[in-house]
Amino acid sequence: SGDRQNKPIEKILIANRGEIACRVIRTAKRLGIKTVAVYSDADRFAMHVKNADEAVHIGPAPASLSYLSAAKIIAAAKATNAEAIHPGYGFLSENVQFAELCKEEGIRFIGPPSPAIHAMGNKSVSKEVMTAAGVPVVPGYHGDNQDVNFLLREAERIGYPVLIKATLGGGGKGMKIVHDDSEFLDCLSSAQREAAAAFGDSRVLIEKYLTRPRHIEVQIFGDMHGNVVHLFERDCSVQRRHQKIIEEAPAPGISEEFRQQIGQAAVNAAKAVGYESAGTVEFIVDTITGKFYFMEMNTRLQVEHPVTEMVTGQDLVEWQIRVANGEPLPLQQNQLQLSGHAFEARIYAENVPRGFLPAAGKLYHYSPPPVSSTVRVETGVGQGDSVSVYYDPMIAKLVAWGNDRSAALIKLHNSLSKFQIAGLPTNITFLKTLAKHPAFVAGEVGTHFIEEHRDQLLPSPDLFKFEAGSAAVNIAEDLRVVQQAAAIAAVGMYLTLREGTQARKTGTGECQARGSWTAGSGFRLNHLYTRPMTMDWKPETAGNTSVPVKLMTTYETNSKFSVEVQGEEPLRVNISGQRASRGSPDLRLEVDDQMASVSLGQYFQDGTNNIHLWREDKHYHYTMPWLSFEREESDDEHGSDKSHREQTYSTTAIGAVTAPMAGRVVKIFVENGGRVKKGEPLLVLEAMKMEHVVRAPVEGLVDGAHVVVGQQVNDNMVLLQIKERRQSVPDEEDDD
Amino acid sequence: GPSADPRGIREFVSLDYGLNVLKDGVDTQSETFQANLKAMEGLLVELRQHVEKVRLGGGTKAVERHKARRKLLPRERIDNLLDPGAPFLELSQLAGHELYNEPLPSGGIVTGIGPIHGRLCMLIANDPTVKGGTYYPITVKKHLRAQEIAAQNQLPCIYLVDSGGANLPRQAEVFPDRDHFGRIFYNQAQMSRAGIPQIALVLGSCTAGGAYVPAMADESVIVKGNGTIFLAGPPLVKAATGEIVSAEDLGGATLHCSISGVSDYFANDEMHALAIGRKIVRNLHLAGITEQGPERTTEAEVKEPLFTAEDLRGIIPADRRQSYDIRSVIAHVVDGSEFDEFKKLYGPTLVTGFARIKGQAVGIVGNNGILFTESALKGAHFIQLCAQRHIPLIFLQNITGFMVGSKSEASGIAKAGAKMVMAVACAKVPKITIVVGGSYGAGNYGMCGRAYSPNFLFLWPNARISVMGGPQAAGVLAQVESEKRKREGKTWNPDEEEAFKNKVVEAYEREGNPYYASARLWDDGIIDPADTRQVLSLCLSASTRTAPRETSYGVFRM
Repeated sequence: SGDRQNKPIEKILIANRGEIACRVIRTAKRLGIKTVAVYSDADRFAMHVKNADEAVHIGPAPASLSYLSAAKIIAAAKATNAEAIHPGYGFLSENVQFAELCKEEGIRFIGPPSPAIHAMGNKSVSKEVMTAAGVPVVPGYHGDNQDVNFLLREAERIGYPVLIKATLGGGGKGMKIVHDDSEFLDCLSSAQREAAAAFGDSRVLIEKYLTRPRHIEVQIFGDMHGNVVHLFERDCSVQRRHQKIIEEAPAPGISEEFRQQIGQAAVNAAKAVGYESAGTVEFIVDTITGKFYFMEMNTRLQVEHPVTEMVTGQDLVEWQIRVANGEPLPLQQNQLQLSGHAFEARIYAENVPRGFLPAAGKLYHYSPPPVSSTVRVETGVGQGDSVSVYYDPMIAKLVAWGNDRSAALIKLHNSLSKFQIAGLPTNITFLKTLAKHPAFVAGEVGTHFIEEHRDQLLPSPDLFKFEAGSAAVNIAEDLRVVQQAAAIAAVGMYLTLREGTQARKTGTGECQARGSWTAGSGFRLNHLYTRPMTMDWKPETAGNTSVPVKLMTTYETNSKFSVEVQGEEPLRVNISGQRASRGSPDLRLEVDDQMASVSLGQYFQDGTNNIHLWREDKHYHYTMPWLSFEREESDDEHGSDKSHREQTYSTTAIGAVTAPMAGRVVKIFVENGGRVKKGEPLLVLEAMKMEHVVRAPVEGLVDGAHVVVGQQVNDNMVLLQIKERRQSVPDEEDDD
Repeated sequence: GPSADPRGIREFVSLDYGLNVLKDGVDTQSETFQANLKAMEGLLVELRQHVEKVRLGGGTKAVERHKARRKLLPRERIDNLLDPGAPFLELSQLAGHELYNEPLPSGGIVTGIGPIHGRLCMLIANDPTVKGGTYYPITVKKHLRAQEIAAQNQLPCIYLVDSGGANLPRQAEVFPDRDHFGRIFYNQAQMSRAGIPQIALVLGSCTAGGAYVPAMADESVIVKGNGTIFLAGPPLVKAATGEIVSAEDLGGATLHCSISGVSDYFANDEMHALAIGRKIVRNLHLAGITEQGPERTTEAEVKEPLFTAEDLRGIIPADRRQSYDIRSVIAHVVDGSEFDEFKKLYGPTLVTGFARIKGQAVGIVGNNGILFTESALKGAHFIQLCAQRHIPLIFLQNITGFMVGSKSEASGIAKAGAKMVMAVACAKVPKITIVVGGSYGAGNYGMCGRAYSPNFLFLWPNARISVMGGPQAAGVLAQVESEKRKREGKTWNPDEEEAFKNKVVEAYEREGNPYYASARLWDDGIIDPADTRQVLSLCLSASTRTAPRETSYGVFRM
């Protein structure tokens, strides 16, 4: 209806943070619309705050007290005279009450009308609506009858295997797969218990379980005038922990006919609820039968919307704003064209070898690949920023476009190789492996992809036990590559040092004559200086394992270095070169008659010097400890804080209990001197709304426990020590 | 053709650009060059072999015993103490070379200059693997020379102490005289008074007199277990008083840091001690020492010489009697090979002029033959110019002496030479001497030999130092002997005379050898000609950090 044409929006408050806030601000700026950011205590210096025209503080770090506080956000919008609120994704984006509150307060909510959000928010309701609209839904029972025998009959009707899910659930909680009727009752009661615990409602629904499903979703857009179009589909099959990590558009290996059908189904679904703005209709596709079923509709702009933008050439945020202004959709269905192929890889701070546990920390080194018309980097952080434990640990989204799927994939892998992050564990290496996996390259994607190919995607930590001497040949080759990289990293460090001291001197008005002392030439009279150095290689795929690499670096004349890597088969590497430019992490080196461009990231953390090297497609992480003494005060140049002194226990010592992830201590079960059995819970950490129980690795006495409830701990930080029982026996006898 | 001004004058972008660039004048393909190169490389192989030997310290057994105590060798200690990857200008590497019946590598002590947190320091490290780190006469001389350089250039002194004190069998040559053991502590006191920090790291024993090194230091560090400080060790205490006490209880780290106060910092191990040493230097606030702003005499942009440093090895004639143009040495050493020559046409056997070395302005005085009256006057003039302007002086010695003969004497060459010596002796600018050939007779004086206290003095491996050349001395001595025999009515057959002469020549050859000189600390070390620019640059920047001083002279004989 034309009467809903509004006065164009001139100022938007973005009720979100991170990359999506930055994303919205970018389009708003391009359209000349002013932006207001909101921020919690944890985000005072965040990128989205810097990028916005105005920013309003909305409370402490926990999201429940800031980004989820509808009242504070409405107040911020009023205080800054913002006419509209863009909710981004997550937080309040699919909150019916918030959408209604905005309406009451006369602020435009950039998103669908609240009834549409409401209809799609409840799985049972949404499926009823879809069934009524003729949209295929997964065979199942979504009713209120929770009688055990009734549900059993329904399961038989649907046909095994079936899935039991919490009616109010999401994210995989309270979800059970039942293969035949003998398992059904046990699984049902377990699902009900978990549903009650997680959502305060024990109701469950039953659905057909697809053994080889794909997750294909359709981007739709509606306006206030009743128009709905789809902007084709995305395939988001590759997931871990029920979260997408790599998405693409269009979906590989589907026919044009299928595309039309699924697109039309999505449009029908949207029309059934009177949808406006951006939305995503998720389907599950049975790869065996080729049938698709409605799963749910997300009533917001999705994380992965950029792949759709890349293949359609549209700016979906701009569409959202125009629709909110009351304009009709910018394009009709027949004006929308698919062009090429796009991938999005989500770069997370997470610990891949530890089951993708979320990580947090500082981005000591952050260097994304160069962006272009075909490569996008969507991020809300920069070098020196932190990934906080309070919010989603996604660091960036890397989007790559190509003429076809293989061209896009090559670009994606290449850009991933150039994505340099140091300071916290990331999934970049995992994503690179994934992007090179033959099945993925062939487009054979499915939601069980990672589980099915786990062995190739996640190398076993056992592969890195070289000391045993029984290492396979290909590993020995890898080790030599690692050793050569260590030699390059060491020389890179010496070159950095050389430049660093010169820069410092020049900065204080000193000069080059004095520079001959600070030039890091390693000059010695009538002999060459050879510098020993041991670096510990930290294989990314192997958790806490480290492999020492012993180097002897000789400062040759004419700024050349020759590095001898010691070991059973000594390796000699000749290296010369320099930094690409002052202060740059990039080095241009000649390594044994080959020019090499490498990047070096260095930082100090928790008593350790970390050295990261990026060379060709590979990333190497080495550490070197600081000199440290427990009894003596041994502060250092880089500042010593309490956490440093707490780090004086070696993390590799037997019985050292380290934090498996960054998080907050929420419960402590033991105290110093207490006896624990192997496997007994010691304390509970919370991160990303997940609780993780830390258990005793060995039996013994608790020692050195200094953490307190509420304390934030870093990944790998030593929490306490378990002294082995053996050692404590004589003491006991003395006491007796 | 180019624009023709009828007067034949044309314009230039910059009038003096390129005016002063020296030509190389060296054909690296020539047979002579190749022969010279081969000869010099032979000398360098010998030099490196000697250095390689002394770097091993006092032998495998002593080194193993030392390392078993979790101790580092003195040069390793220094490597760890210095800024990572920083240069270290080691001094008198070959002190004690073939000086005593027993080998005494590097004279039992390692000294040199290097930066700690960017601050240049003099490092003096005993080598306990060499005779227990005891002080031989040459050890004392080397220690005192290092202190002299530190005092002259105002460099903080770091003593890495690990020594059994004076070498008792040689006490007469070590203990009583002015420049003997006691002078070390006198120097510590004088430097401390002058605000030059004195820091001791006690990494091993400091017995008897040695105990005064940490005790006299401004700040001292001692290592738990390995470090001890006492006037008399347990055996002597037992003999003297009957008291039985362990070394650790008698003078260990805990005692000295917590009870006696003889030491200030307690180190858990050697690395810790070195780390604390670095911290101490970092905390020095040298307000007492005015540093000359080097930007006054240096240029921001440094041009490298146009010719490769290694080619210097082929310039020096293998035959020492052959002369060569000192300008070709200068061309390989100075920035951009640019040399503004002063008084080029007057007294041409002495080459004087202005240049820069890694941005630092210098005045260069080099020999191109025998010194004549004019050359000496020119030298005196040029030295006065540099002293007036606070420009450091570099002497490139290749001098057989002043011209002799009646014409020369009548021209007042003694007077002219005296003027040059007066100017050299009194000029209060940093002076660095490199002996690039012969250093004979009074030429040694005028060209700032050891007696004229240059800040640094280095030799090339082909250098020769003596009062005159061997054959000349043999001739003079043979004539004296012959006249004596004639007075006594004895005959001297030519074979005998030849044998007599040969003996003299041999003695001069042996004593004029650079190793003979370096072993006795007549210099600060022997260097590869290719390292000359680097060494000069390090020395210049080490010696230009003191406040400029005004020069005044004695009476010039006119």
